[in-house]
Amino acid sequence: MSEKYFGKRQKRTEDPRLIQGLAHYVDDIKLPDTLHAVFLRSIYAHARIKTVDTSEARKAPGVVAIYTGKDVSAKIGAVPCAAALPELKVPDHRVLATNKAYFVGHPIAVVVAENRYAAKDAADLIQVDYEELPVVLNEEKGAQGGPILHEQFGTNIAYKLTSGEGDIEAALKSADKVLKQKILNQRLAPIAMEPRGVLARYYPGEQELTLWTSTQIPHLARTQIALMLGMPENKLRLIAPEVGGGFGSKLNIYAEEALLGWIAMQLGRPVKWIETRRENIQATVHGRGQTGYIEVGYKKDGTVTGLRYNVFADMGAYFQLLTPAIPTLTGLMLSGCYRIPAIQINITGVFTNKMATDAYRGAGRPEATYVVERALDLVAAELGKDPVEVRRKNMPAPNEFPFKTATGLFYDSGNYEGALQKALDISGYSKVRDEQSRARKEGRLIGIGVSTYVEICALGPSQAMPAGGWESATVRIEPTGKVTILTGASPHGQGQETSFAQIAADQLGVNINDVTVIHGDTAVVQYGIGTFGSRATAVGGTAVYYAIEKLKEKANRIAAHLMEAGSGTVTFKEGRFAVEAAKATAAGAPAAASAVSPPKQVTIQDVALAAHLAKNLPPDTEPGLSATYFFEPKNFTFPFGTHIAVVEIDRETGEIDFQRYVAVDDCGKVINPLLVDGQVQGGIVQSIGQALYEEVVYDDQGQLVSGTLMDYAVPKAAHVPWLELDRTETPTDVNPMGVKGVGEAGTIGATPAIVAAIVDALSPYGVRHLDMPIKPETIWKIISKGQQKPGAA
Amino acid sequence: MIPNSFDYVAAKNLDEALSLLSKHKDDAKLLAGGHSLIPAMKLRLAQPQILIDISRIKDLSYIREEGGRIRIGAMTTHYQIESSDLLRRACPLLPEAATHLGDVQVRNKGTIGGSLAHADPAADWPAVVLALDAELVIAGKTERVIKADKFFVGLFTTALDQGEILREIRFPAPKGRFGQCYKKFRHPASGFAVVGIAVNLAVDGGGKCESAGVGITGVSPKPYSATGVESALKGSALDGKALTAAAAHAADGVNANTDLFASGEYRKHLAEVYTRRALETAVSRAK
Repeated sequence: MSEKYFGKRQKRTEDPRLIQGLAHYVDDIKLPDTLHAVFLRSIYAHARIKTVDTSEARKAPGVVAIYTGKDVSAKIGAVPCAAALPELKVPDHRVLATNKAYFVGHPIAVVVAENRYAAKDAADLIQVDYEELPVVLNEEKGAQGGPILHEQFGTNIAYKLTSGEGDIEAALKSADKVLKQKILNQRLAPIAMEPRGVLARYYPGEQELTLWTSTQIPHLARTQIALMLGMPENKLRLIAPEVGGGFGSKLNIYAEEALLGWIAMQLGRPVKWIETRRENIQATVHGRGQTGYIEVGYKKDGTVTGLRYNVFADMGAYFQLLTPAIPTLTGLMLSGCYRIPAIQINITGVFTNKMATDAYRGAGRPEATYVVERALDLVAAELGKDPVEVRRKNMPAPNEFPFKTATGLFYDSGNYEGALQKALDISGYSKVRDEQSRARKEGRLIGIGVSTYVEICALGPSQAMPAGGWESATVRIEPTGKVTILTGASPHGQGQETSFAQIAADQLGVNINDVTVIHGDTAVVQYGIGTFGSRATAVGGTAVYYAIEKLKEKANRIAAHLMEAGSGTVTFKEGRFAVEAAKATAAGAPAAASAVSPPKQVTIQDVALAAHLAKNLPPDTEPGLSATYFFEPKNFTFPFGTHIAVVEIDRETGEIDFQRYVAVDDCGKVINPLLVDGQVQGGIVQSIGQALYEEVVYDDQGQLVSGTLMDYAVPKAAHVPWLELDRTETPTDVNPMGVKGVGEAGTIGATPAIVAAIVDALSPYGVRHLDMPIKPETIWKIISKGQQKPGAA
Repeated sequence: MIPNSFDYVAAKNLDEALSLLSKHKDDAKLLAGGHSLIPAMKLRLAQPQILIDISRIKDLSYIREEGGRIRIGAMTTHYQIESSDLLRRACPLLPEAATHLGDVQVRNKGTIGGSLAHADPAADWPAVVLALDAELVIAGKTERVIKADKFFVGLFTTALDQGEILREIRFPAPKGRFGQCYKKFRHPASGFAVVGIAVNLAVDGGGKCESAGVGITGVSPKPYSATGVESALKGSALDGKALTAAAAHAADGVNANTDLFASGEYRKHLAEVYTRRALETAVSRAK
């Protein structure tokens, strides 16, 4: 394969339409006679719904229909949860609340009207008679009793799960010391730029329902929504048009999606719902939400002997698609990039009167990395050692791969020390440490945080996935030689329209502009799994790769036929098939028998045309030139890296200023460095959000007080320092291109580095750990208390 | 995100706006740049029946220096202030503060008069007009002039009566040796001031403080003049010690706001630190 495009900083082919506002998101798709839906949502976190009076609302101008929980509960199946865990208590999650509302934003009724404004006016006229109930807001307290959400269970504990290998008790006993720390991973809102949105159209004659929805998983959503609606799956066409980000929040099946489809079928008119930002923060899944306790056993030399993580995981009121599975991913990754002989996680999943948690960029792995990295820093602090030294002490060497962890994983490949060393070199680590101690003498507070991480990507082998872990691709060469790729992945900002075209252009020797990547329409694209878990390139890209290899075999046979050569004598280079003279002689290929001598070379475009004209094909050859491949990976991939943050804290105000940010990431082979940089940058920005700013806050009544972007602080450009990015490249053998995935690395690697830097800056005040988001006021209080103590700092 | 239905009328001039306002009374809201009102309407927190758009009245958009006074029309946009050569020379506090306001889009549409009349407790302009000891010219049945420190009454409340329109902001052009500064601690989500400090100092020939104006926003439900700071500065040598001592009065007697991001106690502390820093910068600029 030539590498004309592979590895190049190819600009995204998606961008011109996005930048010019010419892309089509759900709300840009306009159908005649469309009705508009607005949801009435619970204003209470926990309340019995005594009556829902829609009589006034029905009289409002423009109203076509109003549905409440009572109208639809028996007609639409439950919102699905795909996680299968032993003794999991699964609440019956209906599309609209019926007897009880379980969280602020829980949909109670839907108004369908001629326009959004009329629908909203009418929704304001619906009278709900609530009986307020006591609320459960904290996952740890909720596990201990108090009010019960789902009365049929008699408990708020959704499940308990213990996993890990090695004798943890013995490991902690054999340690020189054991340290304990409570660690919080706060609830976050994913805040995709485009909120959710659904447009549904039903053709009663054809009995065909089309749903345009902003999703990461069009095929899985089609299957699940068809089941909810009790209709044949192949009568439901689901289209994910342009999707403006998901971060895991659209790796889901939502009540609104099924309900809109059902309404279109009832009314015979298209119906649209576009989520408001307020609804997006209330009723699109949240991420993280763990209250945990760690126990780390370690030797005096810094060797970690065992790690236990007892965690209360905040499920929210209901399960969405993967809610209870997310903390199990935390369990899988608790070894970090270290050799830890014994690991145990004890998960208690707890129902609370809040929106469900689910996948959010990293999905359980940022939590794990945070736990391990904080643990290593605490060990280093206790021993008075440099955190880098303690990390090195516990890392497996490159020749130990595949490396088996006590969480049951086999890390495919890695050179953790290599990435660490490179990051240390770029940052000038020892020099920065010197500057830090000089600055301390001047009374300045500088802190350095180092995080060495490994993550699990390319999800994943089907055995480990709830609904298939493979990915599909069809590659066609059209009669004119243009290349069409149909991918089962569903990119929504990642740029695979570009990177998959790079793969194809190199493999087929065509211009990248002759390649079109189609995704997201279940009527056009063969079944696929979707885009999440940093899988689209490593799994979906590999499917593209193999489909093209398959297609090239056929193209090779046709080319040989056209050149009247044996297929073993044909070579393919930069889009041209040619008879290799030496091989042709050796194979004793017949010399030109016809009067017109056959061509000595044919292009891939010639072959494509011949395949479609079908006048001159080898015997028993199917016309056409396309191939489909379903790729099943044999393992996950495990990218890794080192992030280093240097911060200075304003002693007077507690404000945090980044002085440096260095990241060395290793995601295996890189197809497009521009896309990889973008992924890492975006991930780090979201990490800055979690470390410093973001937090979904419910007050003690369960009211969502961080319910708008005026209160919920997503980082802005001014909050982001210059990011010094570099890479090491350790290929994987899980796929032929050696690519690992990079979609979540930034959110996994960066958060612990930032927290560690702040903790390090405050270490003169005896600080060993701080919970996120670390606000200036928290720091100011530490400093002003410290200054009251004589001799401190 | 989905407002109630409302009527809209664009007033051609101030008289028409006043007569529309007196006709529709409480049902009406004046629309200037719309950057506070429209978001509130989209959340249905504001539900006016009619919007009277005054942003197109050309006579209300100007920046002039006349007879030792600077006059700014209420519908002058933040960007016009930010980019005004006249103000950069004669009163750089205004352009400096404008750069702290929202983002480019907001500054292109939002107006100083709209912001002042909205009286958001964390908006930037109130601190500035207080520091400049500005007069606000109010059009109504009869025109009246009110000092900035009498204009802000409380949370989103001003001295404007029903039927009145803030027409102009005016203040004496700083003379002689003066130093100004606006410093702000931005809320990470909203970008509004957790604390915002506007300083306007006049320095006499001996380097002593001739007069001081210090306006503070974000700290309490209404922006205020830090009179304790001002009187401590007056006549002082403006050295480090004097500035620190004066700044310690920044939140005297203030009942400070608390939100998810910052407690009242922390806000008061920030007010002191940011006041001292703003004073230091202002003094360094008083050349």
